[in-house]
This record gives sequence, structure tokens and C-alpha cells, in this order.
Amino acid sequence: MSEPLRPRPAPRAALSGRSDRTFQLLILALASVIVGVFVLSVYQLGRESWPALREFGLGFYTERTWNPVTGQFGAAQMVIGTLVTSLAALVLSVPLAVASALFVAEYAPKWLANPVGYLIELLAAVPSVVYGLWALFVVAPILGRWQQGFFADPANLQVYTRCQDLWNSGQTTLQCFFVPSAFDGRGLALAILILTVMILPYTASVARDVIRLVPQDQREAMYALGATKWEVISRAILPYARAGILGGVILALGRALGETLAVAMVIGDSQDIIKSLWGGASTMASVIANQFGDAQETLHRSSVVALGLGLFFLSVLVNFLARVVIARLTPRGIQ
Amino acid sequence: MSARSSALPARSRPGLSPARRARNLLMGALIGLSTVIVVAPLILIFGYLLREGLGAMNLDFFTRTPAPEGETGGGLLNAIVGSLQMLAMASVLGVGVGVAGGIFLAEYPRHPLMPTVRMLSDVLAGIPAIVMGLVAYGLIVLQFGFSGLAGAVALGFLMIPIVVRTTEEVLKLVPLTVREAGLSLGLPQWLVILRIVLPAAAGGIVTGVMLALARVAGEAAPLLFTAFGNPLVSLDPTKPMSALPLEIFRGATSAYDENQRLAKAGALLLILIIFATSLLARWASRRR
Repeated sequence: MSEPLRPRPAPRAALSGRSDRTFQLLILALASVIVGVFVLSVYQLGRESWPALREFGLGFYTERTWNPVTGQFGAAQMVIGTLVTSLAALVLSVPLAVASALFVAEYAPKWLANPVGYLIELLAAVPSVVYGLWALFVVAPILGRWQQGFFADPANLQVYTRCQDLWNSGQTTLQCFFVPSAFDGRGLALAILILTVMILPYTASVARDVIRLVPQDQREAMYALGATKWEVISRAILPYARAGILGGVILALGRALGETLAVAMVIGDSQDIIKSLWGGASTMASVIANQFGDAQETLHRSSVVALGLGLFFLSVLVNFLARVVIARLTPRGIQ
Repeated sequence: MSARSSALPARSRPGLSPARRARNLLMGALIGLSTVIVVAPLILIFGYLLREGLGAMNLDFFTRTPAPEGETGGGLLNAIVGSLQMLAMASVLGVGVGVAGGIFLAEYPRHPLMPTVRMLSDVLAGIPAIVMGLVAYGLIVLQFGFSGLAGAVALGFLMIPIVVRTTEEVLKLVPLTVREAGLSLGLPQWLVILRIVLPAAAGGIVTGVMLALARVAGEAAPLLFTAFGNPLVSLDPTKPMSALPLEIFRGATSAYDENQRLAKAGALLLILIIFATSLLARWASRRR
């Protein structure tokens, strides 16, 4: 650099070609760590869950019994728990999330839209354990008091005792599904509630970005026809933004499926058949968190890892689903 | 914005049927109400932690380790020091691989491995943190036992896809003409990337790294069976190590009031750090 006037020696070109190749190799080597992490994950999870999968086959994921004492392991209850909590949380959160996105993008003046947008993003940054702590210390006692108050009424208590008898004899009815088995507030319903709050910001921020991308012409054309604001939103904006919002919903689903500690702290960790909306249950992730540390026996430990393997493939599947949906449904012109 | 506000407000228009007007107002009100419901938990959680945790945030909290179960006093020094160490180690992995991955995706788009790396990076972004904990357990803990290093590896794995994505995005924002100008001066491609493109994108990359750090700083699930936790301050990365989210989890599920008190103060400290980091990152990216 200090002698720019001297004619460039011929080998320099070859040298720079070599240094380019060296740099590219270095970058490639570091980037292939990403491939390596994926391959190692599949290998590790596969190797460690092999004893359980060899013993129980793929029936592991459809068998109902999970009993560390007798060495019987089937993950059906956790698979159901995972799907039920995630889908219920999704159903509860999507309308709220889309509404808040509409508020930020369409209704709020700028001085209000920005802070609300910030708050929603901070909501996404709150760690799982903190949600769990709050749910455990604040929401669960409120729910518990409410349950106790409700069943202090003799007529309601009668229903409760009838359901207890039914449960003890291994039966249940639809009515009993809405009767809590204990009055501490913890259980499936609280897990769904806290999951709803946790995945709201993911859908909301994706929906907001997509709604902002809807071309202004789209809105003005509707207004020109004499439409009200709500009609513009429901007929011009939401149909246009549908694909992107669905992409955000699937992203949120992926989060919900793998959400661990907040759920593990409040769901009541029961591997029995789900008897009640308010009673204990478990998800694949919550069982990993609650049992992996204590699992001494090979088969138990391996079964817990097999849950992790299932969760791994479930999240890969959801990721592909999101791609397909976004690719299929995106209106031409916006990507 | 301007076009929208210039549209004639619906309610002042004559001939609008009462049903349509009512529906318009009702939906507007529902949307406002939903937004209140969405942000309410954040305010409630923050308020609760301020009320319950601020009192416990005294000098002891920052300078002492937890008291033995059942006794009072103590702090979370072990967790604060552990979190800082593990985040630093995780950053080496997450930033090294993440930035290189982003450079690979943005600067070598015709490389045959590019689509694979892009897809796997996206897939990794969706893998639940607890599963990454299981992977790090199998990779490291089975051979060497619980260690801060194993926890850092799990956190680093989680950071990689976040850093890859933001790095790729900001690198693509650097105009092609800037690269061409460098190449036309006779610089080899690697120097163009290192000396021209990366410095131009540095602010965005730093923002991405901060967001990734804010994200993994609150993860307890992948640390449960990797770093495991340690009641004492540990500076040895090959030994079990504590972390703020781990202590919050243990404290919140503990039966002792004292542990619960520390957990609440720890949760307050953690979300203050995370909020500050995210807001700083956002502010920096807005300013550019």
C-alpha cells in the first residue's frame, strides 16, 4: 500500500486468488458448524433415545402408560398435553394478537403506536422462568381462591364429590372435565393461559409487520367505495395480510410446542390421563425438565430423550409447514 | 399515514346505516380492549417484581451467595458471575459461527452448500431450548460431567441462528456498488468483505448479537442438565456453574420463603438487564 506506483508483480494475482480461496474455506468451515450442530443433534438424540425406541418401537409415541416404577413408558399423554396446550393457546391468542397488531398499525396515532409496539416486543423478551414465577405466585393463588369460592357452595360441592367418585372408579363425564381435582389453581388451564400470554407477542409482531406492508391503494380503494374503517380492515387488509399472519401463527405454534419451564412450573406434572381442564397434566417439554435430572435408570432416561427427539422433529415439521404456507398463500408482489 | 388520516371519517358521512356504524364502533372498541389485554401482563409482571423484588435487592444480593436452605440472608453472586461467564463463552461460539454463517449466506449466494446452510439455520432457530440442553448433555456432560462450558455450548447453539439471520440481513443492506468499488480498486474479495462490507454493517451485527444475548440470557431450560447450578461462586468453566435463570427456577419452585424472595429479586434483575439490552439494541437500530 505504501508503494502504489511500482508496477504490480505478476504473482500477486495468483496470491490474491489463493487468499480468497483460503478465506472462503475459513468461512465455509465456520458455517458448516451450523450443519454440524444439526447433524450432531440428530445423532445424539437418536443414539440416546435408541434404548427406549428399541424397547417400545414407534408405539412409544402412542402408548398411554408412563410408569417409571414398572418401566413402562409411552408418551401419548405428553404428546396430547403438548398439542392441547399449544393449540388452545393458539386459538386464544390469535384474535388478541391480530387485534393488537391492527391497533398499532391502523388505529393508534404515532405517539401511542410506538410505545405499544415496544411493550409488545418487551413481552416477547420476558424469559420463560419469569412468566412461570409470576404464574405460580400470582395467577395460581387467584385461580385457586376462585375455585375454592365456587365449590364452597353446597350444590357445586355435590358435583365435585360426584366427580371424585367417578374419577376414583376410572370414569369421567363431560361435566367433570370442567371440575378441578384440586384447588391450588395449578393445572392444564393455567398452563394454557400462561402459554397464551407468552406466544401473543410473536403473532402480534409478525401480524403488525405484515399489516404495515399492505399497500395504501388497497385501503384507499375501499374507503373510496364508502366503507367504514372496520370494513376496510375486514375486507381489504386482513385478506391481503392473511398469509403473513398465518406464518406468524405457525411461528408462535413452534414456540408454544417447545415452551418448557413456565409450563413445567404450573401444569402440575401428572402423567395420568387428563381428567380435568383444571387438573394436572404434562407436556413433552415439561416432562424433560421435570424428570431428566432424576431419571437414573437407562430406560427412563432414554424415554425422556425420546421425548426430546419427538419434539425436535415436531419443530422441524412446523418450520417446514410455515415455509409452505408462506410460499403458497403470499399474494404475488409481496414476499 | 397521511393518506389514511385524510380519508373522511366514517361516522361523519351521511347515509351510513346505524348497523354499520355500530359495528364499526364496536370493532374499534374491541380492538382497543384487546390491545389493553395484550400489554396488561407485561405491566402486571413488572409491577409485581418491582414490589416484591426491589426490597430484596440490597448489597448482600450482589455480594453474597445463597444462604443454606432454611436460613435467611444471602444473595445471588454465584448466579450473576455464572451468567456473565457463560454468556461470554456462548458469545464466542454464537458470534464466531453466526457472523461467519451470515457472511457465507450473504456473500457466497452461489455456493452449492448455501441452501443447505440457510435451511438448517432456520430449522435450528425453531428447535426448543430444552432440546438443545439434551444435545449439549449428550455431547459434553456424558464425558466430562456438568460444567459451565456445557451450559455455554447449549446457549451458543441457541445464539447461532439468531446471529446468522441478522448478519445476513444487514450484509445484504450494504449496496452492491460498495463491493464493486472495492473490487475495482484491486482488492481481493476477502479484503472487500473484511475491510469494507463488515465495517459498514457492524452496527447492525452488534444489534443482532445483543438481541441474541438478551434472548439466551433468560434461558434456564438448556442449563438444567448442563451447567446444573452451583451454590458457590465458580470461576472454573469445567465445574458446575450457576446462572440467574437457574436460580430463579430453583427458588420459585422451592418451599422456602427465603429462596422465593431471592428468586423474585433475581427475576427483577434479569428482566431489567434483558429490557435494557433489547431497548438499547432497538434504539441503536432505529438511529441508523
